[in-house]
Amino acid sequence: MIRTILILGAAASALGACASGGGAKPQTASAEPAASAPGKGKGYNHDPYPSTYKAYPGVPTLLTNVTILDGEGGRIDKGAIFFKDGKIVALGADVTGEPGAVVIDGGGTYVTPGVIDIHSHLGDYPSPGVQAHSDGNEMTGPVTAEVWAEHSVWPQDPGFGRALANGGVTTLQILPGSANLFGGRSVVLKNVYARTMQGMKFPGAPYGLKMACGENPKRVYGAKGRSPATRMGNIAVDRATWAKAVEYKRRWDRYEEKGGEPPARDIQMDTLRGVLEGEILVQNHCYRADEMAIVMDMAKEFGYHVSAFHHAVEAYKIADLLKANGTCAAVWADWYGFKMESYDAVNENLAIIDQEGACAMIHSDDDNGIQRLNQEVAKARAAGLRAGFKITEEHAWTWLAINPAKALGIADKTGSLKPGKMADIVLWNGNPFSVYTRPAMVWVDGALMFDAKDPKRRPVSDFELGQPGEGDVK
Amino acid sequence: MRNLLISAAAAAIALAAPAAAQDVAIVNAKLVIGDGSGPVEGGTVVIRNGRVTAAGTGVSVPAGVRTIDAGGKWVSPGIFAGFTRLGIVEVDAVEGTNDSSARNSPFNAAIDVAPAVNPRSSPIAINRTDGVTRAVVAPETAGSIFAGQGAIIDLGADMDAVSKAQAFQFMEYGEAGAGAAGGSRPAAYAMLRNALFEAREYARNPGRFLDRGKEAMLTRLDAAALVPVAEGRMPLLVHVERASDMLVLLKLKREMPSLKLVFVGATEGWTVAKQIADAGVPVIATALNDLPGTFEQLAATQSNIGRMKAAGVDVGVGTINQDDARQARWARQYAGNLVALTRVPGASGLDWGAAFAAISSKPAEALGLGGDYGSLRPGRHGDVVIWDGDPLELATAPVTVLIDGVEQPLENRQTRLRQRYLDPKEDGLPKAYER
Repeated sequence: MIRTILILGAAASALGACASGGGAKPQTASAEPAASAPGKGKGYNHDPYPSTYKAYPGVPTLLTNVTILDGEGGRIDKGAIFFKDGKIVALGADVTGEPGAVVIDGGGTYVTPGVIDIHSHLGDYPSPGVQAHSDGNEMTGPVTAEVWAEHSVWPQDPGFGRALANGGVTTLQILPGSANLFGGRSVVLKNVYARTMQGMKFPGAPYGLKMACGENPKRVYGAKGRSPATRMGNIAVDRATWAKAVEYKRRWDRYEEKGGEPPARDIQMDTLRGVLEGEILVQNHCYRADEMAIVMDMAKEFGYHVSAFHHAVEAYKIADLLKANGTCAAVWADWYGFKMESYDAVNENLAIIDQEGACAMIHSDDDNGIQRLNQEVAKARAAGLRAGFKITEEHAWTWLAINPAKALGIADKTGSLKPGKMADIVLWNGNPFSVYTRPAMVWVDGALMFDAKDPKRRPVSDFELGQPGEGDVK
Repeated sequence: MRNLLISAAAAAIALAAPAAAQDVAIVNAKLVIGDGSGPVEGGTVVIRNGRVTAAGTGVSVPAGVRTIDAGGKWVSPGIFAGFTRLGIVEVDAVEGTNDSSARNSPFNAAIDVAPAVNPRSSPIAINRTDGVTRAVVAPETAGSIFAGQGAIIDLGADMDAVSKAQAFQFMEYGEAGAGAAGGSRPAAYAMLRNALFEAREYARNPGRFLDRGKEAMLTRLDAAALVPVAEGRMPLLVHVERASDMLVLLKLKREMPSLKLVFVGATEGWTVAKQIADAGVPVIATALNDLPGTFEQLAATQSNIGRMKAAGVDVGVGTINQDDARQARWARQYAGNLVALTRVPGASGLDWGAAFAAISSKPAEALGLGGDYGSLRPGRHGDVVIWDGDPLELATAPVTVLIDGVEQPLENRQTRLRQRYLDPKEDGLPKAYER
């Protein structure tokens, strides 16, 4: 028995090394003096903690008699949607599914793609929020691009289940906190409980790099008597770091192309090189309009792109610049005034960004708010309508579906109800722009993971087993 | 140029100052009284000298009273925000603007929040624009279980915000109280009992009370502030989350029956709801807490309020530690969610009328002020809102806000910023010239 395991283990690790293009310094049995070039992107393993997520089994399902908001701006009234084998097959006014499929009459309610939250700290700042669980901010230096949020994720956070059952959230990005200029890598998760973080990891989703502007980094490090202590210090440390990353990338690119002695590995720089390669997406905490403009030029200076500004309270002031740069803004509906850089918030922020043609979306940054992102979108839309903009329900749903999917680099896989995409679907018990509406059923990859009528389809994390209120509706 | 400046300044003042108090009637309303009943069509509300004199159907408007035709729109009492820090904080993270707590003060129970209330703080205008007309304002604790005395304020656009100073004493029990008392719940309990004994001692003979200054747990002023609490003339609002902690406090109330306890937060209240109801202790609960954020909230569920109400507890909604300096306006959304729960199998919520009462009359009643605020029953302050839809719905906003019968401006710096940036591009002159 032991022997078998050892053999299997060896086989597995050999496979791993093969798949990754080798980990350590390349050595060959023939001991040639100049090692051969590993090839572009193959100098080291880019996926050492791979996703082990597997979709749970589903049954072919036809949802009928529903209003469908497809998440890309499309709407089908009195429609139906059919999905099987984890994928969306068809949707339209007269889709019939196939014999043997489970048919669910939606009774005139709404179907949407699962909600995507691009900004969450679930798992990294889980409940209970005790000090021993505070794993979101590596506040030991302003540049910690070497830390990966996934290495902090506690998969037993009760918050995941709440976000699923009350919010219809099927995909979420877990980010490091914002104390640091370079906070570290994010991870994108499927909102399906697993014993390990890797079991939740969204297959094929790119990593993000959390960056932060403004008050937080300068406050945290200024208070320690070190740089950055000012906004200009923020940018100075950013630029010095990017300059180093450009050099690191040059050395590794040359080695991967031409071979020879491999450069020294630097885990921090690996992440930044990934950004410069376009393989890792920058998710940039930034409130103020003027700072966002500077950051977009800094990105041009060093050859990267900001995928989205998060908490972009003043994005409305520079919506045209965001559009010109192809950078998204992820915002709250109505948070304001808790700190100086949130002082100029307006309820119309999301609507104005959208109206200017820039990519806009909602986000939570909050373990309660993530349970009501549909309501936050409803508030943001209402503010826009009152300001005189025309915003349909089907368009507003892009703010928590295809737009965050784009900013996460997973729009080819999820974020809208298109044939071939992951069957991440919410059936609501009414119109999700109403405060009176909740998810009735939620599917992830075609598997029914929540059913309001079935207590057995309500997840209970390890932490809550045997505690008061175990298995309650919450 | 000078004239222009003067007239502009005059215009700005005119804009900010509400119209003078007057008698007013609103007719043709989908009327919500705020007492737990549902809306009725064709309602009328009459306000004279700033107070409601009549509200309902079949109410006639006295001759000569200005009449607003609501055109069938929803009309309700303004939102009575059950637990906030409105008006005492401008920007939380800017210390000079944040008067919610005083870590280095020798005083605790004596601290009176009223002098901190700034009617011009932007959260007041922003929440007024959203239909919040009256609020419970509490100080925060720092260094003692006692935070001090809270106030009831109105959100009117005038300099007279405090409706009732020293309306209650606020204290922390549970984890926060334990921390403030030196590290344990028993220490917090001892501190509470000791303070009440000292207050009684003080009341017996104020002249002989020995003020030991900073060495004392209670200064003379603190002891004096707790006298009305000990004698049951002032409600004692206690932030408490864990079920066992609530039972301890109920036991204390049996020992000291004069105490007018009100629980704030009360996440696990549903698990001991009958005991709370039997003790007649009202609750200002957090509406949608459903996470075990601490070990004293393990039983958290959004059904808490619905289940407590079903067990006979008088329960309203408050927003303790939920952006309480600025987001009292979320109370409507919370109440709407409580209605949503009535459609979730296994959950407990509130029907529409009860949900609205939870953000109007119920918190006022919890403070013993239901005769003055929170509903449109005769005698209450004339705080009325005309809405452009169902006030618990997400898309709804006020059309008209009256406080004490006075029509209020619905502009604030957010609406001004929005106006400037509806089209963000600069054109002709910089944005700084656009207003």
